[in-house]
Amino acid sequence: MSIDLLVLLVLALIAIGAALGMLFSRNVVYALLFLVLVMLTLAVLYLILGAPFLALAQVTVYAGAIMVLFLFAVMVLGTHSLDELGGPIGWQRPWAFFLTAVFLIEVVYAFAARVGKLGLLSCAEAGFGSPAAIGKLLFNQYLLPFEVTSVLLLAATIGAVVLTKDVLSE
Amino acid sequence: MVPTNYLIILSAVLFLIGVAGVLVRRNVLVVYMSIELMLNAANLAFAAFASAFGALDGQIAVFFVMTVAAAEVAVGLAILVTIFRTRQSVDVDSLHQLKG
Repeated sequence: MSIDLLVLLVLALIAIGAALGMLFSRNVVYALLFLVLVMLTLAVLYLILGAPFLALAQVTVYAGAIMVLFLFAVMVLGTHSLDELGGPIGWQRPWAFFLTAVFLIEVVYAFAARVGKLGLLSCAEAGFGSPAAIGKLLFNQYLLPFEVTSVLLLAATIGAVVLTKDVLSE
Repeated sequence: MVPTNYLIILSAVLFLIGVAGVLVRRNVLVVYMSIELMLNAANLAFAAFASAFGALDGQIAVFFVMTVAAAEVAVGLAILVTIFRTRQSVDVDSLHQLKG
């Protein structure tokens, strides 16, 4: 077993464990912190995959900005722990777990059966995925989508302000 | 040297945990977090393929997904706060009426 594989396995265990923690924790704040752990683990994986720009964007945008926004929402909405059992459709929960498990087995089998066909992750050459390389691609080939993104973010900002305007003016 | 499959399997497992979260949790905030987890799992697959094929386009796709996720979270949480103000509940089962 190579050292790369060992590191990957440890990170995968942390990520899956934290994701399950998010799924099963009653407290919303704990679920949020578990999700932050998943995102930080993914940031380390991005570093291994030769994507330092993505790793830093993951930490600042996802684990930083988006999760802090979630935390604000939790503080506004309150940290109620709902009685998660029961509900209007009683059979929904076991059935959902069963179908998800079946789908999981199917997907894992589909990808595990193709080991080698998708290639090996090689150590990227220096400069691959660097902010300079990403920027060059982003501002040449993907310039139009990038500009559309700015319109999207502006629309989202205005939308968030308009939606919470009544709340703020109370 | 790691087979790309392992990362794709990790991505699939994280995605399906997100699916299970959307299906079984009743707290609307946790449902929202599960959606974020699914987006992250897709991002991991994008980054893994970008590295496997030596093409940066996959990483650009991750960048755009992050942007869309940021916009989605901003608007979504604003909607949640507004709903909570009128219904005083974060239970998805209480949101069964189109009327406000």
